[in-house]
Amino acid sequence: MKFVALGDSALVVHLREELGKPNETLTVVRRALELLQRAALPGVTELTASYTTVAIFFDPVIVARHANDESSTQWLIARVTQTLRKPRAFRGKGCGKLFEIPVCYDGEFALDLAAVAQHAGVSEQEVVRRHSGGEYRVHCIGFTPGFPYLSGLPVELAIPRRPSPRKHVPMGSVAIGGEQTGIYPQTSPGGWNVIGRTPRRLFDPEQAPPALLQAGDCVRFHPITRAEFETLAR
Amino acid sequence: MKLHVARAGFFTTVQDLGRAGYRASGVSVGGALDPHAMRVANLLVGNNEASAGLELTLGRARLQCDDDRVIAWAGGSFDVQVGGHPVAGGRPALLRKGEELIATAPPDGARAWLVFSGGFDVPVVLGSRSTDFRSNFGGFEGRALRDGDLLNLGKSSPGTGRIAARLLKSHIASWGAPNEWSNTRSSHGFLRFIRGAASSQFSHAALSRESFQVTAESDRMGVRLKGAKLMRTEITDLISEAVVPGTIQVPPDGHPILLLGDCQTIGGYPKIAHVISVDLPAAAQLRPGDAVRFAEVTLEQAHQLFLARERDLQRFRIRIRLQTQ
Repeated sequence: MKFVALGDSALVVHLREELGKPNETLTVVRRALELLQRAALPGVTELTASYTTVAIFFDPVIVARHANDESSTQWLIARVTQTLRKPRAFRGKGCGKLFEIPVCYDGEFALDLAAVAQHAGVSEQEVVRRHSGGEYRVHCIGFTPGFPYLSGLPVELAIPRRPSPRKHVPMGSVAIGGEQTGIYPQTSPGGWNVIGRTPRRLFDPEQAPPALLQAGDCVRFHPITRAEFETLAR
Repeated sequence: MKLHVARAGFFTTVQDLGRAGYRASGVSVGGALDPHAMRVANLLVGNNEASAGLELTLGRARLQCDDDRVIAWAGGSFDVQVGGHPVAGGRPALLRKGEELIATAPPDGARAWLVFSGGFDVPVVLGSRSTDFRSNFGGFEGRALRDGDLLNLGKSSPGTGRIAARLLKSHIASWGAPNEWSNTRSSHGFLRFIRGAASSQFSHAALSRESFQVTAESDRMGVRLKGAKLMRTEITDLISEAVVPGTIQVPPDGHPILLLGDCQTIGGYPKIAHVISVDLPAAAQLRPGDAVRFAEVTLEQAHQLFLARERDLQRFRIRIRLQTQ
């Protein structure tokens, strides 16, 4: 377990050095998140997960009040370490909901499909077949509202992020960044390699929770034609 | 009771102190890029600190209300006039029914926070009235204001009534917030930072050695910088994790991006540093072409500066309470 300051009002706990076996790491992260949620440490305002870490957001004023003579950071690290050492059963190991996400991999949407195919040394059709053949797991929601970070990408499809991010990645874009795959729920800047587009809405501020997918859920990509995309997008 | 937007200006949005608690759904904290200025302006007109006001970017706004309101602004070095009289930042003023408030383009700096007594009565979405401009929700119709918009104003508080009573003769208060709170540009020319998780992957002191320039691609999400390229000495594709306003991330092209309030909640580029909270107001004043330099501080120093500012703000709250009793 390693702690790194994320600015002066947040702390990142690294629970694993690397993703390793995604499902095991996901369980470790979700368990840590649950323990910290239950502990409700003083001054802690928000908790979020990523693939291998939990970020702890805090109010430096309240933490300093509790830390007394100790440094705020040391005090918080000690409380978090203590919390995470608690032996406690965790039941959330299995898959949450299963989502079938329709994706159109047509040329106009698949801005970087050729680059991914070239990098993988296979045809574009083969990239589509492999990408839509896997089962993926949601590790966290982040980057933009509703954006799911997924594990389960076939290793041969992994490709580094683009050297400079695009200013506008279109809404619904399904993309690969390193060994991760995800979906852009709204048009936004982004550096991942775009291979298709979904008509499915992934974020709605009127819903509770506002994000369609949640950490722990399972996802499959289902290829659709351009005509089907147009119908579903209506 | 309404605010009439005759001229919306370059980029004006409704903001409050931000949308905390939804990062796990990927929702940015957003809110005023200088939450301290927003708090101060709200206190000056007798509002709750978390009331919604306007974030003006590069000015050029003309506004009117259909009843009397107390107004105040804080932030960049703007030229604001009410009924033809200049209103300095950090000074409450009376805006009479139908009178025009004009904010012209500032000579330098980029943003100011302007509040009206009663605040804006726009729907609360996910716990905040802030505009999430990228995802188009919150604020006024999830977008920047346009010429001709009409915004509902809330009811003024008893505190506002007492401030307004004292403004009947002079219209512009002779008292207000400390001067350095109403012009928040970096006084020492540096943005102070603490090291980020990936700082050791860059050549030593790369960030504090160089001077950078703000590019035109900057917005509420981040300030994009050019100048010396920051190249990592070891190249690994990092696994995505949390980023925050203030994070300085470096994409492979070597040009750092300083993230602001509307930034993503998770990012994958290496984090070389984090600008400390008390210097985020200065970062919000950067405009394209500005030069930026960085200076390193320790996490302890960042916390001390944070606590000191909070103590000053607490004293100011008490002063305002005494003044409006």
